[in-house]
Amino acid sequence: MENILTYMTFIPLLGMFAVLALPRDNYNLIRWTALGFTIPGLIMAIWLYANFDRTTAGMQFMVRYEWIPRYNIQYIMGIDGLSVTMVLLTGLLCPICLLASFNIEKAVKGYFALFLLLNAGMMGVFCSLDFFLFYIFWEVMLLPMYFLIGIWGGPRREYAAIKFFLYTLLGSVLMLIAMLALYFHNDPHTFDMLVLMEQSGTYSRVFQTWAWIGLFIGFAIKIPAFPFHTWLPDAHVEAPTAISVILAGVLLKMGTYGILRLCYPVLPLATQDMAFWALAVLGTWNIVYGALCAMAQTDMKKLVAYSSISHMGYVMLGMATLTPQGINGAILQMFNHGTVTAMLFLLVGVVYDRAHHRDINGFGGLASVMPTYTGIMAIAFFAAMGLPGLSAFISEVLVLIGAWQYSKPLTIIAATAVILTAGYMLWMLQRVWLGPVNEKYADMEDVTTRELVTLIPLAIIVMILGVYPHAVLDLINPTLLALNETVLNATPAVAQLVAP
Amino acid sequence: MDLGNIESLAYSAPELLLGVAVVVVLMLDLFLKRKDVLGVITLFVIVFATLAAKLQGAGDQGWLFNRMLALDSFAVFFKVILGLAAFGTVWMSLSSKELENEHPGEYYVLVLACTLGMFYMASATNMLMAYLALEFVSQTSYILAGFLRGNRRSSEAALKYLIYGGVASGAMVYGMSLLFGLTGTLDYQMLGDQLTAAGGNGPIVFIATTLILAGFGYKIAMVPFHMWAPDVYEGAPLPITAFLAVGSKAAGMAMLLRFFYPGLSEFNGDGTWTAIEGVDWPSLVVLASMITMTMGNLAALRQDNIKRLLAYSSIAHAGYMLMGFVVLTDDGLKAILFYTVVYYLMNLGAFLVLLMVLNNSGREDLEGFRGLAWRGGALPAAAMAIFMFSLAGLPPFAGFIGKFYLFAAVVDKEMWLLAIVGGLNSVIALYYYARIVKAMYLENPVDGDPIMVADLPNSILVGVMVAGTVVFGVYWTPVINFAEQSIQFWGR
Repeated sequence: MENILTYMTFIPLLGMFAVLALPRDNYNLIRWTALGFTIPGLIMAIWLYANFDRTTAGMQFMVRYEWIPRYNIQYIMGIDGLSVTMVLLTGLLCPICLLASFNIEKAVKGYFALFLLLNAGMMGVFCSLDFFLFYIFWEVMLLPMYFLIGIWGGPRREYAAIKFFLYTLLGSVLMLIAMLALYFHNDPHTFDMLVLMEQSGTYSRVFQTWAWIGLFIGFAIKIPAFPFHTWLPDAHVEAPTAISVILAGVLLKMGTYGILRLCYPVLPLATQDMAFWALAVLGTWNIVYGALCAMAQTDMKKLVAYSSISHMGYVMLGMATLTPQGINGAILQMFNHGTVTAMLFLLVGVVYDRAHHRDINGFGGLASVMPTYTGIMAIAFFAAMGLPGLSAFISEVLVLIGAWQYSKPLTIIAATAVILTAGYMLWMLQRVWLGPVNEKYADMEDVTTRELVTLIPLAIIVMILGVYPHAVLDLINPTLLALNETVLNATPAVAQLVAP
Repeated sequence: MDLGNIESLAYSAPELLLGVAVVVVLMLDLFLKRKDVLGVITLFVIVFATLAAKLQGAGDQGWLFNRMLALDSFAVFFKVILGLAAFGTVWMSLSSKELENEHPGEYYVLVLACTLGMFYMASATNMLMAYLALEFVSQTSYILAGFLRGNRRSSEAALKYLIYGGVASGAMVYGMSLLFGLTGTLDYQMLGDQLTAAGGNGPIVFIATTLILAGFGYKIAMVPFHMWAPDVYEGAPLPITAFLAVGSKAAGMAMLLRFFYPGLSEFNGDGTWTAIEGVDWPSLVVLASMITMTMGNLAALRQDNIKRLLAYSSIAHAGYMLMGFVVLTDDGLKAILFYTVVYYLMNLGAFLVLLMVLNNSGREDLEGFRGLAWRGGALPAAAMAIFMFSLAGLPPFAGFIGKFYLFAAVVDKEMWLLAIVGGLNSVIALYYYARIVKAMYLENPVDGDPIMVADLPNSILVGVMVAGTVVFGVYWTPVINFAEQSIQFWGR
């Protein structure tokens, strides 16, 4: 299992070619083949979870091969506590989303082929430890995403797809320039992230700041942090259900993951300087702004999309605090948001498939029409609200504990915003599920088995992590503590001595 | 090795082959009834000439014809690219419906002659020779651009091309005469030495350089000498458009590099160069590069004719290539050469798909691509999408690697403004490349859009281009090694 990460990344890619080779009209064959190629990823994710060494902060399951030796570009893969959660999340959500895509009827072969390519790209981003490789995977994800939104999306799909594409590329280009600057700053030139981290002491403060800004804009667009967030409501709303899940569940995390993977350890001095304004303040603003926007929505999917902006704000705030609780809470929040928002999007997809609209005011009394559905919905909603006993509560509390030691005013604002969250969630719940039954939808079918299979595993994880967060915290804690120390202990004095 | 006229012939196999073929094809045209044979003969001649050029590359370095031409790996590199471009052009011409019944004999003769001129452009190391080669290529190109005699646009293209070309080369000759007056030599190498030794003529040399840049800039479609490109690209027969976009640009680039590197700069020995004292041509070209890419990309945003769109895109790409030119390092040169290869692959590929669409539906605008993927053209559409994303510089395609090297060269020199302008331009460019992809995939065909039928020969070549674009996007060591060997030109 030395190459497990390589397998996890490239088996879906093989799947893409397999799907492309299948006859175009045999929809079921295509669907099940595609699913078959995501299952190994899930199994390997579980294996990783079982075999991950929880005592060390270092990289595990590392492989290193020469790729373009002339320019010191390598194929390096490995995971630590930071990436393992994201690998698990990707491994989990991909088969679920694939199953949720079984109702796609248009150009089925293309859809599943692109989905598998997307899966490979996402896995690659979280596993790669060579900046060049990371960048390739980061960009490779864009192509399938553009088509998946643009071909299979809603009415304004073309606009949403190109907006997503251009925004992300803008970020990537700045990232590319920062990446090259880092490459040339080391002698011998290297893209190896581990070497970049080791050498972080030699980068001057000014250099770090500029590189930090370049990388940060690239990542902030993905998170998406205000004011780079405007692509998100469009992309999420227009994308087909499963793709919204992937967008919210995995793609947004890449932004915060990137900051923690690159900005924090490679540019620690700049992180100390920038964390307050770029992460803490923007994060808090994200929390409040996202929640207020969510409150004003009448489209269920748009509401969930804005709630994502709000919830990702907690991740940013937690990261910024540079306290063990805050940073642990941030990663846990990334994982929890992945599962909870995935559920929310899937749930919205269920009613959309039946009613073909998502207008919050166009329903009523669904609770009595679809009891099973409502039960699962309640778990997701209350988790999103941060109700104790469900997963998101723990992570938000950890973030707020961290934030209290960091900045009391921001903590108070962020904590108060929980009321707003409860507000829009409960208000939507009331309008859609409670009240008198809307006669138009009086005989709506309850969730099908396929839909249950996609929802139940997530619900179980949400409940387990609500009472036993150590299932994830144990994985991430050593790495994050070490990361936190790296940033806190970076001293300008040393850096300026060595800097040219 | 500095050879005289007669000895040099032994090293002129590709040029001799092309020169003889020009005569032979012209003669055969008189006797042969089946004109399509001429195209096939031309194709073979070009293949052999390219092979001859490639084989020549091993070992020998020197000057030919009393320092008129250089025999070096740099020339070999560009001859191979130019030969391949001519190959693609002839291959496209064979199946082009535009060119049916348009005097194939003369057409192929002109293509061969144009290729011959480009070969000389790639190796000229003397201002006079360079000018003659450039004019030779220009003259043949004017006729080729206007080859569709029944077509007003084609005639317009030829005329515009001629007028712009006349002005640009006039300016260039004037610049050259100024330099000749200052130094008394036409030889690049001696020119550089003289200018360095004399010193103090900064302003006049700068003016001369600017004028000469007009001639080169015209060939590579650099702003502000780009105005001919959109009209000529649109009016010329499609294979010729491809030839101008790929071949002419590469040949112009070769001349540009040769003139400025041994001529107006000095090699420092550690992989970097210095511009000769008092003549700040790099700053001028930095500005030209930024304006070229920005202007090309902005103008391309609103084009509905794909040929025009690709014309503006080729202007923008000239701007990107100049990024490698202005950094004055070997890394920059390598990046340009690498980019020339990937530019050849993705651009010729795009023209090939356009030709297939044009042959099939008679349309060359965006609507001709509408719903292409959903009306039998799944494979051409996929190929076109790959070329577009590669042109936009997205991984995992070769276009990204090309851009990566250019940016790397710029960042290494810490020219941040240029890097950022280049980066923002990549984002703008994606928008119009994605428009084509959008038309093919995101729009549905309407009634009356014909079923796409791809012909086999063009599909094969498209397949080769796709393979190159994808493979070199993942493993490009062979190409970068080739580029690295090829910057060992005379004068360093």
